[in-house]
Amino acid sequence: MFEITGKQQLAEEIIEYTIQAPDVVRHHEPGQFCIIRVASHGERIPLSIADTDIQAGTITVVVQIMGHSTQELAQLGVGDAILDVLGPLGHPTDIGTPDRAVFVGGGVGAPAGNLIVGQMKQAGAEVLAIIGFRTRDLVIYEERIRAQADELIVTTDDGSYGYHGLVTEPLQQRLEAGSEYDVVVTVGPVVMMRAVAEVTRPYGIHTIASLNPIMVDGTGMCGACRVTVGGETKFACVDGPEFDAHQVDFDELLQRLAIYSQQEQQAEEAGPHPCQLEQQIGKMQ
Amino acid sequence: MKLEPIPMPEANASDRRAGFGEVNQGYTEELAHAEAERCLQCKNEPCRAGCPVDVDIPAFIELIRAGKHTQAGLKIKETNAFPAICGRVCPQEQQCQAECVLAKQDKPINIGYLERFAGDYLIDNPPVQVERPEASGYKVAVVGSGPAGLAAAGDLAKRGHQVTVFEALHRPGGVLVYGIPEFRLPNVTVDHEVDALGQLGVEIRTNVVVGRTLTVDDLRQQMGFDAIFLALGAGAPIFLGLDGENLPGVMSANEFLTRVNLMRAFDEDYDTPVQRGRNVTVIGGGNVAMDSSRAAVRLGAESVKLLYRRTRAEMPARIEEVRHAEEEGVLFEFLVAPTRFLADEGRLAAVECLRMELGEPDESGRRRPVPIPGSEFTVETDQAIVAVGARVNPSARLIVPGMEQDGKGHIIVDPETLMTSIPGVFAGGDVVGGEETVIEALSHGRRAAAAIDKYLRGSC
Ligand SMILES: Cc1cc2nc3c(=O)[nH]c(=O)nc-3n(C[C@H](O)[C@H](O)[C@H](O)COP(=O)(O)OP(=O)(O)OC[C@H]3O[C@@H](n4cnc5c(N)ncnc54)[C@H](O)[C@@H]3O)c2cc1C
Ligand SMILES: Cc1cc2nc3c(=O)[nH]c(=O)nc-3n(C[C@H](O)[C@H](O)[C@H](O)COP(=O)(O)OP(=O)(O)OC[C@H]3O[C@@H](n4cnc5c(N)ncnc54)[C@H](O)[C@@H]3O)c2cc1C
Ligand code: SF4
Ligand code: SF4
Ligand code: FES
Repeated sequence: MFEITGKQQLAEEIIEYTIQAPDVVRHHEPGQFCIIRVASHGERIPLSIADTDIQAGTITVVVQIMGHSTQELAQLGVGDAILDVLGPLGHPTDIGTPDRAVFVGGGVGAPAGNLIVGQMKQAGAEVLAIIGFRTRDLVIYEERIRAQADELIVTTDDGSYGYHGLVTEPLQQRLEAGSEYDVVVTVGPVVMMRAVAEVTRPYGIHTIASLNPIMVDGTGMCGACRVTVGGETKFACVDGPEFDAHQVDFDELLQRLAIYSQQEQQAEEAGPHPCQLEQQIGKMQ
Repeated sequence: MKLEPIPMPEANASDRRAGFGEVNQGYTEELAHAEAERCLQCKNEPCRAGCPVDVDIPAFIELIRAGKHTQAGLKIKETNAFPAICGRVCPQEQQCQAECVLAKQDKPINIGYLERFAGDYLIDNPPVQVERPEASGYKVAVVGSGPAGLAAAGDLAKRGHQVTVFEALHRPGGVLVYGIPEFRLPNVTVDHEVDALGQLGVEIRTNVVVGRTLTVDDLRQQMGFDAIFLALGAGAPIFLGLDGENLPGVMSANEFLTRVNLMRAFDEDYDTPVQRGRNVTVIGGGNVAMDSSRAAVRLGAESVKLLYRRTRAEMPARIEEVRHAEEEGVLFEFLVAPTRFLADEGRLAAVECLRMELGEPDESGRRRPVPIPGSEFTVETDQAIVAVGARVNPSARLIVPGMEQDGKGHIIVDPETLMTSIPGVFAGGDVVGGEETVIEALSHGRRAAAAIDKYLRGSC
């Protein structure tokens, strides 16, 4: 059992949990994820690791309450235990040794920037971070990322805070103005990551996207998480989750993410749940 | 007639289609005695030669006949730790029963059914616990909790070693719990065997991927394990590499069966979803294909069609499984190979196939299927389950840097001791290749345990 030692509501339907999981922390590196199972009848839920505390033996995850399983997680508070936590899974982020690096995060993908920007700084890079949200109330992890990045741009779709527009716009403007970057790492909704890849493609900037396909075991045993990268099938849980964004077949990923959407909607006892990620995606298209 | 084999009582096929309850109901005492009565107690014991772990078959059958069921179970356990499991899943018709003298008249003793009877009897009537042996002072780590890992853990514990089993998934048992469905091997039967290991002092730690959560260096240096047994299985699904294979609606048998068995998607009290196809196509001809087809029937498919590229005679599945699948309404199409998956509105709609004919024998001695040009046809389907095999997980390479593996990823071991190229690290079961059966995995586990014991006691 894995005890919850911290819980904080960061925004509507977004909760940060700190969980006692000393084995997961020991070898964790930025970019890796974990899989949790709340209770014995529960699904295995993959979640990025937003922070770790080696001394305390804890991991921090930021969860968007999407459907049945994340709602069930939301019922738990400090002192409660999570049945299973498995990790760290996947490859660490491989950014090389860039001089100038960009992190682009969207929604619940923004917190991943906490560790990734940290890693970029450690590699000696000058870091621009751009994090985007639908509206002011949903802005999360701003301070933690600002504290590490050389420059932070926050965007909102509705202009209620920061830059009015999508995360790709400030990036595009910098590139058009002649800024040069060695690497861009992007984490967030699939449609956003696809857009980031399109913006950097003409400039030939190495762009890494952290993919979030449906997973079951997370150990390479089922193939539910397969994605096409450069024309080849890869298992995101063991070959990824990060891939060269210019090679990823994002349309296929979107298609595969919707495989269970009908059944999941039926699982919502209280009628269809407003799925925020999909709303966000709708907006961005 | 006295010599007729006693059939296994089975749930009837139409009831079976509606649920995941076990098909084979097990012999009653009476039936077991009647079957045991048929055994000729052959002095030269030909049946034993067919058993990979040399179960003393005549002896345990005689004990059943004499009504000494506990002793019968314990007799099997002298060489096979899991009679309730192997009695259910061994390919007996190719092993012990093939060598039985009565096989010549097509009436071999139902050794598997009797073994299951004795195994279940021990589970229902557990004998008084034997005392734990004196502690050896050595610690052994077992990685993977399939039959190879569990068998090794039991034998090592019985020799006094302190054993910890590390398992990546949240439930121990390997393929026995995530792959083989309830209607063939209930997960609680596996749980009993795992619990019995607990009584021997074996510790099982789930949610640990060795290579990620813990490294082999951690195990040896920080945690002080003196030897390691890698029983990782060969669990990575093989896909066909065809166009359209990543369409929604196409999945590996491992994904399908894991959702159904490990995650229990057939039970509405569990949250994990599984696609319930209407017209399901299963590609393959082994046990995995049979299990997938039969699970799809039970999830409510209107039709389940199994496509196999050779003929019935070459199908590697257990004969009983093939018969059960047919009884449950699975349709078999032989000499057919898929060529691509076709979509309608972004979802699987059909499989395009080619007809095959049998040509020259291949390296396995089976005649190779050869496509017949121009024989294309399509099968309409909304769910395709690919059951064409599995291989060693490529991430096994992470576990012990520098350990020798062959081109297929199998860990190379000394055939006698099962030691890998790294001293003190042993491997067995599907991860080293071979027959890829439960009983062979178990046999590897036992041999590795004996070799590890020797290694530990000889080394200081
Ligand atoms: C590597 C990885 C990292 C992730 N990191 C985070 C994170 O840090 N924070 C966060 O809030 N979410 C993260 N996710 C997504 C998260 O796992 C899903 O939102 C969650 O499983 C939804 O479960 P649910 O039952 O509440 O919703 P559901 O009603 O089951 O699903 C809602 C939608 O979520 C997606 N989804 C469902 N099941 C899965 C699954 N097993 N894996 C991936 N997507 C799924 C589907 O698109 C679905 O339509 C990550 C996913 C992956 C693969
Ligand atoms: C659907 C299906 C039906 C089958 N039917 C039959 C049958 O009827 N009869 C028969 O004899 N055989 C059958 N087989 C084959 C048989 O199940 C296998 O040969 C046998 O289970 C192999 O045992 P194993 O111990 O080597 O590995 P597995 O049973 O595969 O177990 C390996 C375990 O190791 C774990 N693991 C892997 N890597 C790590 C890691 N790095 N860290 C921690 N844990 C790890 C895995 O999660 C898994 O639990 C079937 C197989 C399948 C898939
Ligand atoms: S272990 Fe398998 S092969 Fe051996 S006697 Fe039992 S059923 Fe037959
Ligand atoms: S060969 Fe058949 S009849 Fe003879 S001892 Fe073995 S099981 Fe009995
Ligand atoms: S989640 Fe099963 S292989 Fe990746």
